[in-house]
Amino acid sequence: MSQDIRIKKGLDIKLKGKAEKITENALSSSVITLKPEDFHSIIPKLSVKVGEKLKAGEPVFYNKANEEMKFPSPVSGEVKDIIRGAKRKILAIQIQADAKQQYVDFGATDLKSMKADEVKSHLLASGCWPFITQRPYDVIADPSKTPKGIFISAYASAPLAADYDYVLAGKEKELQAAVTALSKLTSGKVHVSVGKSANSPLSGLGDITLHKVSGPHPSGNVGTLIAKIDPINKGEVVWTITPQDLVIMGELLLTGKFNAERIIALAGSAVATPKYYKTIIGASIKSIVEGKFSNDNARIISGNVLTGRAETLKGSLDFYSNIVTVIPEGDDYELFGWLKPEFNKISPSRALTFSWLSSKKEYDLNTNTNGEHRAFVVTGNYEEVFPLDIFPLQILKSCMYKDLDEMEKMGMYEVAPEDFALTEFICVSKQPHQQIIREGLDLMLKEIG
Amino acid sequence: MGLKENLHNISEKVKGTKLQTTFGAIHTLFYTPKETTHSGGHIRAVDDLKRTMTMVVLPLVPLLIFGMFNAGFQYNSAVNGFTENLSFFSTDFWNFDNFWIGFLKVMPLVLVSYVVGLGIEIVFATINNHEVEEGYFVTGMLVPLIVPIDTPLWMLTVAVIFGVIIGKEIFGGTGMNILNPALTIRAFLFFAYPTWMSGDKVWVTGAVERVNEIAAGANLDAISGETILGGLAQGKQLIYSTWDMFYGFIPGSVGETSTLLILLGGLYLLYTKVASWRIMLSSVIGVLVMGLIFNGVVNAGWITESSKFYSLMSTEFWHHLLIGGLAFGIVFMATDPVTGSQTNKGKWYYGFFIGFISVMIRVFNPAYPEGVMLAILLMNVFAPTIDHYVVQGNVKRRLKRLKAKTV
Repeated sequence: MSQDIRIKKGLDIKLKGKAEKITENALSSSVITLKPEDFHSIIPKLSVKVGEKLKAGEPVFYNKANEEMKFPSPVSGEVKDIIRGAKRKILAIQIQADAKQQYVDFGATDLKSMKADEVKSHLLASGCWPFITQRPYDVIADPSKTPKGIFISAYASAPLAADYDYVLAGKEKELQAAVTALSKLTSGKVHVSVGKSANSPLSGLGDITLHKVSGPHPSGNVGTLIAKIDPINKGEVVWTITPQDLVIMGELLLTGKFNAERIIALAGSAVATPKYYKTIIGASIKSIVEGKFSNDNARIISGNVLTGRAETLKGSLDFYSNIVTVIPEGDDYELFGWLKPEFNKISPSRALTFSWLSSKKEYDLNTNTNGEHRAFVVTGNYEEVFPLDIFPLQILKSCMYKDLDEMEKMGMYEVAPEDFALTEFICVSKQPHQQIIREGLDLMLKEIG
Repeated sequence: MGLKENLHNISEKVKGTKLQTTFGAIHTLFYTPKETTHSGGHIRAVDDLKRTMTMVVLPLVPLLIFGMFNAGFQYNSAVNGFTENLSFFSTDFWNFDNFWIGFLKVMPLVLVSYVVGLGIEIVFATINNHEVEEGYFVTGMLVPLIVPIDTPLWMLTVAVIFGVIIGKEIFGGTGMNILNPALTIRAFLFFAYPTWMSGDKVWVTGAVERVNEIAAGANLDAISGETILGGLAQGKQLIYSTWDMFYGFIPGSVGETSTLLILLGGLYLLYTKVASWRIMLSSVIGVLVMGLIFNGVVNAGWITESSKFYSLMSTEFWHHLLIGGLAFGIVFMATDPVTGSQTNKGKWYYGFFIGFISVMIRVFNPAYPEGVMLAILLMNVFAPTIDHYVVQGNVKRRLKRLKAKTV
């Protein structure tokens, strides 16, 4: 049964530099980097040493808390370096890629006859498990639990987001294999959301419940989908996975190969000609963006502007992102920036700001905070962009004073930091909402588990 | 080197010293900082607290200027006789003589309010080592608008010190206070120096002085000018027309009299989305409901003309919005987001009771004709309770969902 979802509360942030629908091959990245910090709350244990040879799909490290959960090398090659930080914490593992790629053969599977346990152990062994994340806590799914549903949002509403309909075109077979496998792991259903007017490759899939969503961002956030379909209660678990990761999982199930290739968007106002590139998980940022933007003083983001991670040219594409955004840095003073009428920045109000006049205009925003950090003062504005049935200001405050009981009652099991990206964007007091929620979730994970 | 570089260099120099806070306040007045995002999202909307607070100060400026003209106009009316039914643009009101009398009286109030208040803010910000927050930007403007014109400056100083420290700083400063700071200041004046805050001698400049001169034996006529509420509370007949009340050609605190300008200011706040329309609307509804109830009591004949409540009870229900400080309180005080209810649903209750209780206090307690101040302070105290129940509603819905599942 399909259920249409219409989101009214939200805000579409329209930025300049949307990727044109042309795909090119990115320069091949000779060094691939895997960062344990991509996998929140996982403590890595290395399975390789510097100088060791690896095939694509072979585990690089595993989860200390659950040795079955393995993290695969996206390429075949030689472990070049293991970078450690304070207390010998593993920061990154660099792999020098071979010219000719070799893959571990995990074996093609017969999905129809596979049992849930077999699917699970296959995904764990092949390194596809980390693609599956869970709520509560927004961390990699715990394989010992059975989720009440699996949620996939194939509608990208975030600013400049890669268009799923475009990047997934022609991948129906892989997508189908992945959702069929996933549908065996849940006691409920696999819920997929697509844009209302979109021509999504996911709309024709079997073994799923399809939902058509419309409305402003965060209509495409998986958290919004969960809240509207089947909100998480205490003690329940749901799993989520992104469509581009379904493709990798599907290919593995069909062919036995862990192929970490992915089409990403290179977008943002600082990019000369924004378009799509074919690259690989962990590819160096340099191989993706070098020579493609003019502004020296720019911020490179692995991910979108609301939830991505700042990177430098030396950095790498993270494990989950399908977009690299480059926008100008805003490290300059602005004369009377708090007073003058503002036509070129986005504002949820009309306080001598005029972004409400045109909903179509695209903006060239930089990274300036447009003001200093303050205590919470304004009320009622977060609710305008927050479609979940949760009090955003009150839940943030409960995280700040660390009242576990209250956090639980307010709905912490239902949220992830990304759900608070918009409230953070419009926050008059410039409070770090996503960080507050992340720390709150971490506290609950530690204390309640 | 331009201003930008000079200011930047000074800010680097004072970094880490005690002067950092004070200089930062001045620096950010000219330039928004060059700070960039470092956690979470990489972009931010343009609105910051300075811009938001400025939007509240802007509509107060016309009220301040009107208050100056009105101060002179009331003085001249008291001396020379009141002219009824002036048009809003009459030169009897808008002339330099009126303005100058008012300017000399009102400007010191503004200066004292800002210098004393901001001084305390800076001291506390320096001690606590954080930036000077913008809350007092608005409070400092509100204070001169809600006190009688002849309030002695030393009294105002004492009240501002009390209001800012006890009303705000001990709770942690802007964003943490329970009571509206401007009203705390007014309430302090009201209870500490009641003779200066009500009666018929404080609303027209020079009146108190004249009383003292007469007492000393001078052969002069006394000046008096009662507020409408004060007059009604004593059962007197009104000499002011409805239009006088609407335009604001009446005695009262400096900035509270012109319902017309308050209305325009309120509309501006709603347009900018800075103030809550829920609070404003529900407050007005509260006023009208209570007013209608009292009118109904009078119409039903349950109360006779000899009753001391009669004249205020029989006041047309919508006149309550025109007289006294009710309109000003609803638009600029009740909508304070920090001390008001913080949930959208809670705002309806919060606003309604402000309007409702204001009129009730007005009618039943002639000693406190200005009920809106007490009503808002009372509801400030109750706002967290209202929010608590609204939030509990959400919590219960969540628990119910879980129960429905397990059954």
